[in-house]
Amino acid sequence: MLAVESVSKSFRGLQAVSAASFAVPQGSIVALIGPNGAGKTTCFNMIAGAFPPDSGRVLLEGREIQGRRADQVCAAGIGRTFQIVKPFAGLSVLDNVMVGALLRETVPAARRFAFSILEKLKLEAKAQSPAASLTLPDRKRLEVARALATRPRLLLLDEVMAGLRPTECDEMVAVFRELNRADGLTILLIEHVMRAVMALAQRVVVLHHGEVIASGAPAEVVRNPAVLECYLGEETEL
Amino acid sequence: MPLDLVVNVTIAGVLTGLVYGLMALGLSVIFGVVRVVNFAHGEMMTIAMYAAVALFSAFNLDPFLAAIPIAACFFLLGYLLQMGLINPFITRPEHSQFMLMVAVAIIMVNGLLMAFGPDARNVQISYQLESWEFGKVLLDKPRVYAAAMALLTSGLLFAFFKFTLTGKAIRACADNHLGARVVGLNVKHLYALTFGLGSACVAVAGSMMILFLDVTPTLGPAYTLLAFIIVIVGGLGSMTGALLGGVLIGLSEALAGLFIQPSAKSMFGYALLILVLLFRPQGLLGKKQ
Amino acid sequence: MRQETLLLVLLLVLLAFPTFANPYLLSVGTLILYLAYTGQAWNVMMGFAGQLSLGHSLYVGVGAYAAAAIFFHFGIGPWAGVWLAIALCVAIGAAIGFLAFRFGISGVYFALLTIAFAEFTRIGFDHLQWTGGSGGLFLKVAQRDQIDLANFRGPPEMYYYAILLLTAAAFLSCRFLLRSKAGYYWQAIRENEEAAQALGINTFRWKMLAVVISSAMTAVSGVFFAFYYNNLFPEQIFHISRSIEIILGPIIGGVGTLFGPILGAAVLTVLSDSITEILAYYGWEIPGIKQVFYGVVLLLVIMFLPHGIWPPLARKLGLAR
Repeated sequence: MLAVESVSKSFRGLQAVSAASFAVPQGSIVALIGPNGAGKTTCFNMIAGAFPPDSGRVLLEGREIQGRRADQVCAAGIGRTFQIVKPFAGLSVLDNVMVGALLRETVPAARRFAFSILEKLKLEAKAQSPAASLTLPDRKRLEVARALATRPRLLLLDEVMAGLRPTECDEMVAVFRELNRADGLTILLIEHVMRAVMALAQRVVVLHHGEVIASGAPAEVVRNPAVLECYLGEETEL
Repeated sequence: MPLDLVVNVTIAGVLTGLVYGLMALGLSVIFGVVRVVNFAHGEMMTIAMYAAVALFSAFNLDPFLAAIPIAACFFLLGYLLQMGLINPFITRPEHSQFMLMVAVAIIMVNGLLMAFGPDARNVQISYQLESWEFGKVLLDKPRVYAAAMALLTSGLLFAFFKFTLTGKAIRACADNHLGARVVGLNVKHLYALTFGLGSACVAVAGSMMILFLDVTPTLGPAYTLLAFIIVIVGGLGSMTGALLGGVLIGLSEALAGLFIQPSAKSMFGYALLILVLLFRPQGLLGKKQ
Repeated sequence: MRQETLLLVLLLVLLAFPTFANPYLLSVGTLILYLAYTGQAWNVMMGFAGQLSLGHSLYVGVGAYAAAAIFFHFGIGPWAGVWLAIALCVAIGAAIGFLAFRFGISGVYFALLTIAFAEFTRIGFDHLQWTGGSGGLFLKVAQRDQIDLANFRGPPEMYYYAILLLTAAAFLSCRFLLRSKAGYYWQAIRENEEAAQALGINTFRWKMLAVVISSAMTAVSGVFFAFYYNNLFPEQIFHISRSIEIILGPIIGGVGTLFGPILGAAVLTVLSDSITEILAYYGWEIPGIKQVFYGVVLLLVIMFLPHGIWPPLARKLGLAR
């Protein structure tokens, strides 16, 4: 579904991402992990169209999308959430999701569709509440609901579990599992919360200093010495 | 066009521009630090001009001397204005801030109208028409003194920000509001101090302006706009930029008035503003944000 | 109370107004509606697309001068003239919008940009002899009791109903827009532009749409102004105080709401006239005192009712925005 080929990005001399390549097969859930500053969100931003890569290509179902604007990327079928949630605070929860749904539906159909998505994410009770009144876990769900309303084929989740309690995290994992299983939604997620990574991901890609240092099944990757080193540091002889 | 005329007009433009620059400096300090769009800036200058007129007619006080008590008053008033009125508005949406200062400006303009009436006022000091001659080049004494005063005041302000602890604290607030509070700076007080300093600058500038210009209550808005043009052209956050911008505007006004038509001279300022906003929004000397 | 009920009552009152109003009240009513309409036009750019325009007098002026000038020079009536006015204002609005959005100018800087354009145009028109320069452009005031619809001349009642029609049409159009896809998208852009983009919204295009609609509506306001007041001066019509006058209504009434501009215009005009009456009664006829009171009231509203008068009022009445 998604192929990232040798993308690089530097910011004023700092190389954030360096010739990173990975693929997200259709219908799979892939996790992008790595220590802070590894370049994960930069990759996301390049895929989602926030800014173009300096070099390399991003292909969605075989078509090049690097350099396209964020709204064009969304129309092409990629939905995304933000690390720091960005709700439309002055609008109701339902209206928030409707904005997403209006991409592909008329107003009445969008309202119905939005409501159904709220039900999927167990937010339907708060449909008329102002988005500003939601707790953090609910805001995260709203962010996901909104992105889902655009009927994406690929969903990019940026640290959506951060700040959630273990039970809340498990609930979110269940939602994503269900979306992946029932609707065939492909998911690429950035995560630090290993509980979620191990529960969700079928493949894991590890970034460190902007480079891909490992990729494969979760169980293998967490035993990979290079990966352990980048998280825990080298062994030192005392 | 005789060369000496052009030279004299140019020099007059630069000298006036320095006073403009001082006025704009006040705004640069206020806008740059407190981030409040002071739509009453020109009105404040107008009040200062009237204060100079009042002190002159009451005590025959030379505006250069009057500038000092006026500046002190303005410092206090600016401090109180920020503390009392404007502070809660820092977190409000921008159009609320504008409208607050617009309301303040309306009250100021019409307060002046009530107090002084609509007729133009000015001061006539003894050396108003004196000048130094260097061949065909004429330097108006009042203009030179005013420019010198502007430079002196700017220099003092500059020194304050660079060398004193309070000055550095204010710069810290401007750079990072939250960070400043985290390290324990009393941001409210510092903001008010900044507004007071900016107002004092305006006060001095106004006391100087009365020497070249008659004052009417409705003078304010045009100078508010002028101050913004200068600050943006010169570059937000740069004090030298404000002075440089002032000189540029003073110069372009003078030359436009000479070569084109006096009534069209402010068009240049607006055209310059539009161009700067589009192509170099950080201004000539500002930092890119 | 439902919104529709309130609207109906309001409409009936407004329709019946000329029958029991004396000429002075009628002119006040016309002024209120004029400010309400123009405020609503401005509200589209600000309340819907979140772009603060402080130079809206530009569109009023250009619209007014366009229709007035071709009437003055060529005898072409306002029904044709209004299209020229709209075309010009849309072009100017689109240009300003394009420049601003492409170059990423927003907030204070956008507001200053709009002021600069308005001021630039004001000085320009001062020197434009074809429209009378600073001396002004004067349209012949025809017989007041004959209705000449083609040239938009007639008794004050005609003007009242015309502006009432415009205001009602504006209100209904805005209501329709607000509930449509455009309304949702504009609100999204206003709340968080980056998030809106991530949901597939081409924010540039939608912001431009708001700017274009706003400038077109304001152009019509200008045409009305020209044929109602029959004299135009650059110093007045393009002046920044005009721009401020336009936005006072929506800001006091409530930016981004439907009833805000109308309520605000009514409150301000009534207040302003009441103050004049009270001051005259007490003999306090000092020039400037009325404006000081005005400014103080404005200050108080801004300080204590930051979202305008309408939202708390609407809550009391049990209405939606």
